[in-house]
Amino acid sequence: MTTTSAPPPQPEPKRRVGDRVFAGSAKGAGILILVVLAGVAVFLVTEAWPAFTASPADLAGGEGVLSYVAPLVFGTLLAAVIALLIATPLAVAIALFITYYVPRRLAAGLGYVVDLLAAIPSIVYGFWGIAALAPALVPFYGWAERNLGFIPFFAGPASATGRTMLTAGLVLAVMILPIISAISREVFSQAPLLHREAALALGATRWEMITMAVLPYGKSGIIGGAMLGLGRALGETLAIALVLSISGGISFNLISNTNPGTIAANIALQFPESTGLDVNTLIASGLVLFVITLAVNMLARWVVNRRADFSGAN
Amino acid sequence: MAKRIDVSDLDIYYGNFKAVEGVNISIEPRSITALIGPSGCGKSTFLRSLNRMHEVVPGARIEGKVVIDGQDLYGSDVDPVDVRRQIGMVFQRPNPFPTMSIYDNVVAGVRLNSTKLKRAALDELVERSLRAANLWTEVKDRLDRPGAGLSGGQQQRLCIARAIAVEPEVLLMDEPCSALDPISTLAIEDLMTQLKERFTIVIVTHNMQQAARVSEFTGFFNLAGVGQPGRLVEFNPTEKIFSNPDQKSTEDYISGRFG
Amino acid sequence: MSTSTSPAPATTSAGPLGSISQHRRLPRFGAAGIFAVGAAAGIMLSAVTGFALVLAAIYAVVLGTAGLHVGSRLLEGRRTAADRLVTALVRIAFALAMVPLVWLVWTVVSKGTARLDGAFFNQSMFGIANEGGGAYHAIMGTLIITAVTAVISVPVGLLTAIYLVEYGHGKLPKAINLLVDVMTGIPSIVAGLFAYALFSLFFGPGVRLGIAGAVALSVLMTPVVVRSAEEVFKLVPNELREASYALGVPKWRTIVKVVIPTAIAGLGTGITLAIARVIGETAPLLVTVGITAVTNLDPFNGRIATLPVFAYYQLTRPGVPPEFAVDRAWTAAFILIILVMALNVVARLISRFFAPKTGR
Repeated sequence: MTTTSAPPPQPEPKRRVGDRVFAGSAKGAGILILVVLAGVAVFLVTEAWPAFTASPADLAGGEGVLSYVAPLVFGTLLAAVIALLIATPLAVAIALFITYYVPRRLAAGLGYVVDLLAAIPSIVYGFWGIAALAPALVPFYGWAERNLGFIPFFAGPASATGRTMLTAGLVLAVMILPIISAISREVFSQAPLLHREAALALGATRWEMITMAVLPYGKSGIIGGAMLGLGRALGETLAIALVLSISGGISFNLISNTNPGTIAANIALQFPESTGLDVNTLIASGLVLFVITLAVNMLARWVVNRRADFSGAN
Repeated sequence: MAKRIDVSDLDIYYGNFKAVEGVNISIEPRSITALIGPSGCGKSTFLRSLNRMHEVVPGARIEGKVVIDGQDLYGSDVDPVDVRRQIGMVFQRPNPFPTMSIYDNVVAGVRLNSTKLKRAALDELVERSLRAANLWTEVKDRLDRPGAGLSGGQQQRLCIARAIAVEPEVLLMDEPCSALDPISTLAIEDLMTQLKERFTIVIVTHNMQQAARVSEFTGFFNLAGVGQPGRLVEFNPTEKIFSNPDQKSTEDYISGRFG
Repeated sequence: MSTSTSPAPATTSAGPLGSISQHRRLPRFGAAGIFAVGAAAGIMLSAVTGFALVLAAIYAVVLGTAGLHVGSRLLEGRRTAADRLVTALVRIAFALAMVPLVWLVWTVVSKGTARLDGAFFNQSMFGIANEGGGAYHAIMGTLIITAVTAVISVPVGLLTAIYLVEYGHGKLPKAINLLVDVMTGIPSIVAGLFAYALFSLFFGPGVRLGIAGAVALSVLMTPVVVRSAEEVFKLVPNELREASYALGVPKWRTIVKVVIPTAIAGLGTGITLAIARVIGETAPLLVTVGITAVTNLDPFNGRIATLPVFAYYQLTRPGVPPEFAVDRAWTAAFILIILVMALNVVARLISRFFAPKTGR
């Protein structure tokens, strides 16, 4: 490439008033987004600060912010991980089904139906979870306690209402399913036709074609989609607040009535009746949630965007 | 209203990359000037610099002078938007506005510039422009239909009608026939010969027969080498270029012994 | 489908090129037959262990799939058997995903129709202790707060998208792009806390305002609008922008008169879906606008009832006896689902009917 050592500065081209105003307001809107995000961080820190500086005895639980938040963080992670473990394989299978196993004219419709799962408000999931799913799972929890009780996760005593950590995880799984499946679908459908046809031309079956040409290409998309789903699951509020029977503490028992809460659900349950320092404590826990989801989402975006550079499609 | 264009010592840059170097050319009014040359030699870039369309790419800038009838196109007080009103452009692929009818496409340049015209004046402008673009008889009964519904060749003539409706002085055409079939191409070429009565036309083409058929003058662009900027190798009357070019590389290119 | 994709050639001629090796394939109904046998075995097994519909379905699917796999393996070989197994698995996965959707909709519809009466739509909860009452105040509140949210988010979102697509070169747009991604991932409750914290600075602790709820929802809606608008602006061909510039049209007019009209269907769809995304949000409203029993239509003054929060409190604080409030809660959830689904349908219709016409 020919480069010049020092290009002389071109005079700033003259611009019309309309252009200046329009470009300015567009830029202003962009900057507003910056400001709002900074505002979220600043306001959360300001409002959380009293909880960090107050004497631990004045706070709920009486042992300081960290020991108040720790079990909540545990519960948040536990519920989200359960959801992720259930939803990811299902979502990938659904994405494969829609992209490579149904006729093209059906694919869009089926994809739309799966996306409908994402449209349902979280409170309605909560209603369904508490009124339909939880009671339906009670027999299973009884069976699991009797036959799988040696595993700590199923130690019991089995919940009689079904409002357990596993139920909450299942509800979350349904909620994040469409997110993971939408992103997987997108990357699967972008798998290079050339590679797919090459695999088929070698006499591969459809599944072999998928393992040879689609999954390697879509791997980072699946991971990124799963992490976006994780981010959503971590922040999910109302479904958990309704479904989970919360007693606090840390427990790996997935089928009992005594469960750790999650940050978001705890805020929703406590906030309306809280005043003074309790509000600051809740906002502090919200700050922790914000930081966790921020980290997870940034990582997810990084994974997804990296795919664009190393996909082999270019 | 056709005007002459004088270009002197023009260099065009994209960021730090020099795409075109040292162009000196004088384009005659009321004539067709064809620019030929291999792909990537900078002829389209040069064409776009004539109405400052290359500035759409961020970081693009020029050194040198482009003067239209004594007026410097790149003067510090010149608005590129005004330049483009005087110097129209037709693109490689027909690009009628999909949201507009045939009628609205033709008057788009007038309307989008918020010039207020009476309905009768607009009607008159539409008919005049479409007649000038040899499209009137084909579309006069469906002016309210979407412009994108026409055939490729009709769309391109619609785009020409749209370009001439704003009464420019110069018409730049960037490979206007490369996406068209031979019949439509012929229609456009006929149109060009009619239009040169009123406009100065500069056309970039890959089709050397087309250059030989329609143009009075031909400029041959070439790269000095890989990664080098494109240069105007030769500029002469078309007849001379195609029969007895000054430069060896021009002859090689024209006779197909290129590369 | 799975049997018909690559049928083995019916006849092979051992010509000079040699014969094409033939795989035995199950006929189209063979595979279905094997599956049916397995499924029947599963249902019988469930009948032996005490019949239950769900258990029978699970046994049938598991045994049918296993039977198909084993049968295919014996008759068609390992590779085809693996292919068939995966085909069956992805179908099961899809069917599995439909279970909660259908189940949820069925639950809400069957429980939600109890209070689908006139009073529900034109009465508030003012002075209602148990029976009767309605969600008029909550429905209006939801509409008002959603409208205010849209009024904030749509211009900001569209302008930001325009900035990113049309003016976006350099460091600032890159940073904004990243932050929009970050914003998409903000948990809704955190957005609520932000709005609460912001407004409590001005109005003191314990503030509950409709506008605070709208601000919280805007934090959630704006990035959705930006992303979808960005997508559709990018779909507008550059050629159209160039055509407009070449006519001597300034950039801002090109955007307003050419880019936006070309993208209008996509924008409509995107904005409608963004509204659908926030109209059912509960958590941020819980902490910013709270709940009230009376009709308040002023977003700048005091608590406003909203449909999701109304549903939440009716279910969790039903009072005595609970059934009246629980019925109201389910009907509110039902209306919420209808609202969201209607918005989704409207979004699809917009993209179908307002797309630029290119037909000849």
